Amino acid sequence: MRHELPQPPEAASNVWHPATTESRTARFILVGVALVFLGLFLLLPLIAVFFEAFRKGPAAYFAAFADHDALAAIRLTLLVAAIAVPLNLVFGVVAAWTIAKFEFKGKAFLTTLIDLPFSVSPVISGLVYVLLFSTHSALGPWLKSQGIEILFAVPGIVLATVFVTFPFVARELIPLMQEQGTTDEEAALSLGANGWQTFWHVTLPNIKWGLLYGVLLCNARAMGEFGAVSVVSGHIRGLTNTMPLQVEILYNEFNTVAAFAVASLLALLALVTLVLKTLLELRYGAELAANGGH
Amino acid sequence: MKHSRISLSLAAALFAATVSFQSLSAAHADTTLLNVSYDPTRELYKDYNAAFAAKWKADTGETLTIQTSHGGSGAQARSVIDGLDADVVTLALESDISAIAKATKKINPDWRTKYPHNSAPYTSTIVFLVRKGNPKGIKDWGDLIKDGVEVITPNPKTSGGARWNYLAAWAWANGQYGGDEAKIKDYIGNLFQHVPVLDSGARGSTTTFAQRELGDVLLAWENEAYLASDEFGADKFDIVVPPQSILAEPPVAVVDGNVDAKGTRKVAEAYLQYLYSAEGQTIAAKHFYRPSEPKLVSADLLKKLPELKLVTIDDPIFGGWAKAQPYHFGDGGTFDQIYKPKK
Amino acid sequence: MTLGFTLAYLTLIVLIPLTGLVWRSASLGWGGMWHVATDARTLNALKISFGTSLIAALINVVFGVIVAWVLVRYRFPGRRIIDAIVDLPFALPTAVAGIALTALYSKNGWIGRWLDPLGIKVAFTPVGITIALIFIGLPFVVRTVQPVMEEIRKEVEEAAATLGATRFQTISRVLLPGLTPAILTGFALAFARAVGEYGSVIFIAGNLPYISEIAPLLIVIRLEEFDYTGATAIAAIMLLISFTMLFVINLIQAWSRRRYGYAT
Repeated sequence: MRHELPQPPEAASNVWHPATTESRTARFILVGVALVFLGLFLLLPLIAVFFEAFRKGPAAYFAAFADHDALAAIRLTLLVAAIAVPLNLVFGVVAAWTIAKFEFKGKAFLTTLIDLPFSVSPVISGLVYVLLFSTHSALGPWLKSQGIEILFAVPGIVLATVFVTFPFVARELIPLMQEQGTTDEEAALSLGANGWQTFWHVTLPNIKWGLLYGVLLCNARAMGEFGAVSVVSGHIRGLTNTMPLQVEILYNEFNTVAAFAVASLLALLALVTLVLKTLLELRYGAELAANGGH
Repeated sequence: MKHSRISLSLAAALFAATVSFQSLSAAHADTTLLNVSYDPTRELYKDYNAAFAAKWKADTGETLTIQTSHGGSGAQARSVIDGLDADVVTLALESDISAIAKATKKINPDWRTKYPHNSAPYTSTIVFLVRKGNPKGIKDWGDLIKDGVEVITPNPKTSGGARWNYLAAWAWANGQYGGDEAKIKDYIGNLFQHVPVLDSGARGSTTTFAQRELGDVLLAWENEAYLASDEFGADKFDIVVPPQSILAEPPVAVVDGNVDAKGTRKVAEAYLQYLYSAEGQTIAAKHFYRPSEPKLVSADLLKKLPELKLVTIDDPIFGGWAKAQPYHFGDGGTFDQIYKPKK
Repeated sequence: MTLGFTLAYLTLIVLIPLTGLVWRSASLGWGGMWHVATDARTLNALKISFGTSLIAALINVVFGVIVAWVLVRYRFPGRRIIDAIVDLPFALPTAVAGIALTALYSKNGWIGRWLDPLGIKVAFTPVGITIALIFIGLPFVVRTVQPVMEEIRKEVEEAAATLGATRFQTISRVLLPGLTPAILTGFALAFARAVGEYGSVIFIAGNLPYISEIAPLLIVIRLEEFDYTGATAIAAIMLLISFTMLFVINLIQAWSRRRYGYAT
């Protein structure tokens, strides 16, 4: 409950419309503003991507995916996401749990550290691994002698991706868990459930939509990351190029159609996951409302 | 407890996945060769790699996979310095290969003497790409600073091609003003006042000029200018060859340290040597590079590459890359001195 | 134990690499650091990065809150599609966004061709940078504010209305205070993300030193000059500023949570 209630008005007759919603005109304007803004800034670039991809017809569009290097880039991107996302999923849940359910000193500091990869420039995220693993670092030569390649190979790309997508799940869950407080968990614990049972049967159902959402974002960013991966990849065709790097390469070869075709695939992947999420929400809408109503 | 078990097994899975991917990628060909190159050579090496792989198969029976990596010349050199396992480097600037040699000791200091023509199998020069019909009447370097002319060039700090642009302009101004450095700097400073966009690489500039239709003239590699007019339609652009320009020598080198570790020295050396063969030179000329051995190439192909006065980097004006690089493009060098923001 | 895991993972993925960076830049010493930090070009790049990010984040706060409000409160055809579209900037690779935006706003683009005759230049100016950053940051605001808005109970507003509050009073005195922590978080995330953005900006920025050169680009430029210390110094400065800013925001959030309590 909020601590403060509004002051009574001087004259009740001055209230033009119900105070729980806006007038028709205001609603109309607000919806209009939102639509124009989103159309201009989000929808138009998306349309431009597909427009450019199909500029020379569907045949040219699909030919872009027959290319060996494009297929290799798609496979690499999927592999990297398949490793980075589960790692950050586990971390995100644990970190959010720690921060939301316990009180300890330095919590704001810890939260800030978790946020940090958001604000660290992707370029820096790549740079730190270069500094750490390059041949003139302390670690690099030793790893090399062990036959382990990090930079300019898959592990380096995975590390950079994990770094960049690090906060997504945690950031999504922390406010949600804080909102929910600890009453449900305390009730479960007092009824004799252990920590794991409490998490599995009480906390997880409460956070599952936020979690799903965080994972979707984490995955999208993992697949779309450009700056950080670009610094550690080495750009070897068909080997260390992820899809976004492949887009850049094709674009730089004046192969606009193929570039936007690969880009459209990324956009499509994202749109499909978003549609899935929307469908899930529709299907489990009632349950969601029940859970959200705590 | 349970959390840590999960995280442990995940870490193990991660490790297993990376290891298996490593071994998979290592096993898929007889011999692999990695050529780390710069931006405008993509099309050239696509053709050349196919030709060389076929020749190698015919000569030795070995299946050769040639991997390539392209990017800004400086960025590519940095990757090799940081540990990218290149067998050969084919970059835009001598100073980039020298930087690798100096930082890693993986390339012998005498690399320039390993192949003919200072290890430059092909050369190029800087020309002007203008809009069809040359509406601003741009013929020579002096025309670039006329009122209302917008010049597109990449950033000399990041692009090898842009350094050649810069030095070509410098060489012209040097002749024009009789070596008066203050006047040369005035001209160059004035020139960069006409630049509305500084892309980080040659390809970025070409796109800005050709696709975004920004600017009146693009300072470009000769091969890049031809490629752009091929890609976007010869009816849109004209190529203007100024009376004087610079001889750009993009050099090649074997990365000795890497080929000896990988056992690929033989094939790497053959790969570079074959660039000097009739087939290699012809492929270069087809992509509008100037072959170092023009007599091996049919006269037809050479027709498109007109004669003009070319200043070299070893000219006393510049005194070689080792001197020119820090003097012009180092921190506080001439570019930093002349580059002032537009008012 | 969960704290231990959090710290261990954090250390491995974030702290060790970042310490490496700070260590490397520390080799410059304070004098060297100061020299890099006060260099006119570095200062301008930082100013451009932080300035355009601030403007973009402010614009995103205004429109992001409106979008979130419209999505939560109103029912209109296509609402679900709009809801899904908000996530697009997360999904679209930044480089693709950059290329698409440049195509739209350059003078022969769908939008640019209408602005150019009016003398408005967007692509290759700081305005273009700001537009790319608005694109990048919008979902951060919407997605942090939206769930909290959904949690707001109708009864609270009804109570306010019953007590005679106007709609404006209800919004400004009842709803907004509860939303403030979420809005602040959204703002901070959008801002922080924008400061470091690279992929989408370099295509549309023009990259002119002192005018449209962003700090991350300057890092790349230093790297390509083989100037590792210069690059890491700028990186360390950016890191420090971002960290301080995020830390302050997190403190504000913790404070507002204590003051306003949980939303439910």
